[in-house]
Amino acid sequence: MKLYNLTISPPIRDGLGVGLAVGLSGLAFGTTAVTAGMSVAQACVLSLLCFSGASQFALAAVVAGGGDLAAGTLGALLLGGRNALYGLRLSGELGWRGGRRIVAAHGVIDETAAITLPYREQTAVRAAFTSTFATLYLMWNLTTALGALAADSIGSPEALGIDAVGPAIFLALLWPRLTEGRRVMLVALLGAGIALATTPWLPPGVPVLLAVVAALAGTGERGDSGETGEAGPGGAAGAGPTQSREVRP
Amino acid sequence: MNLWIAVIATGLGCYLLKLAGMAAPRGLVDRPLVRRFVLATPIALLAALIALQTLAQGQELVLDVARLGGLAAAVLTLLLRAPFLVVLIAAALTTAVLRAVGVG
Repeated sequence: MKLYNLTISPPIRDGLGVGLAVGLSGLAFGTTAVTAGMSVAQACVLSLLCFSGASQFALAAVVAGGGDLAAGTLGALLLGGRNALYGLRLSGELGWRGGRRIVAAHGVIDETAAITLPYREQTAVRAAFTSTFATLYLMWNLTTALGALAADSIGSPEALGIDAVGPAIFLALLWPRLTEGRRVMLVALLGAGIALATTPWLPPGVPVLLAVVAALAGTGERGDSGETGEAGPGGAAGAGPTQSREVRP
Repeated sequence: MNLWIAVIATGLGCYLLKLAGMAAPRGLVDRPLVRRFVLATPIALLAALIALQTLAQGQELVLDVARLGGLAAAVLTLLLRAPFLVVLIAAALTTAVLRAVGVG
């Protein structure tokens, strides 16, 4: 990698670094999805079309729990709603129109937003975005397929601790935000509490949707969750500071 | 709902959300209430998912010590500022080892 440091420009190197690291969690998704009850094809199509880890894991979790698929889909879409916000910001930074924007939209996720936003110059923004998107998309889909195919030959995924990977991913995504202030912590604890308290009474998938009510606690006046979230490139998490720092020049 | 429909609806819906953000008028993001709610939503959802995937099995609340140990390992590695991948491996490995020695 040292050699690359000398020859590849920083925005592209950042993108490649995050792409390789995060793309590998696609292995966990592929295995989780098939273990949950999806076919290999369904896991692969979801990664190709959705390309947003949190939403995909959320849907897989509902499938695994035998929950209501409509609620599961809605929950996955609500999680994907933050990408719209990244899109609002990235659109201006990238300055692409027409067909390019239609293709680029698919790459608007936590990691590309995290890597891209520190750059101010449009050439650098575009280079960082394109390399992160390309690497991550390739890795995510490749590793989803590998994980999905391997799931059948892995006797018991639970013996390998695969079921701990999902929550660990969500925690790593949430982590950078938790240190931002009491308001964020309150929203997180409320969300978790609402979901746990309603789980025994409602079909799987619905409790996660109800947790959105907790977000209202972070929406009031002087909400520090919104303001500080804007300040960091990680936005609603993604690679987060840990990841960005790791790949900084 | 058929699982294929859920897969395709989730996939297309997620893409359309991204596109909506890219194509939306810039003024929308300047509304503080909209921005705060959209930013707070994933926090609530992620926390709910962590809680349920750690402590729930279907509609039942369970205390799976091995899984809790995996999450504890994730917290520890996050505190140590470990890279994303290390956090995931630590969680899986801890849960696997705890199960191998008969815990949970």
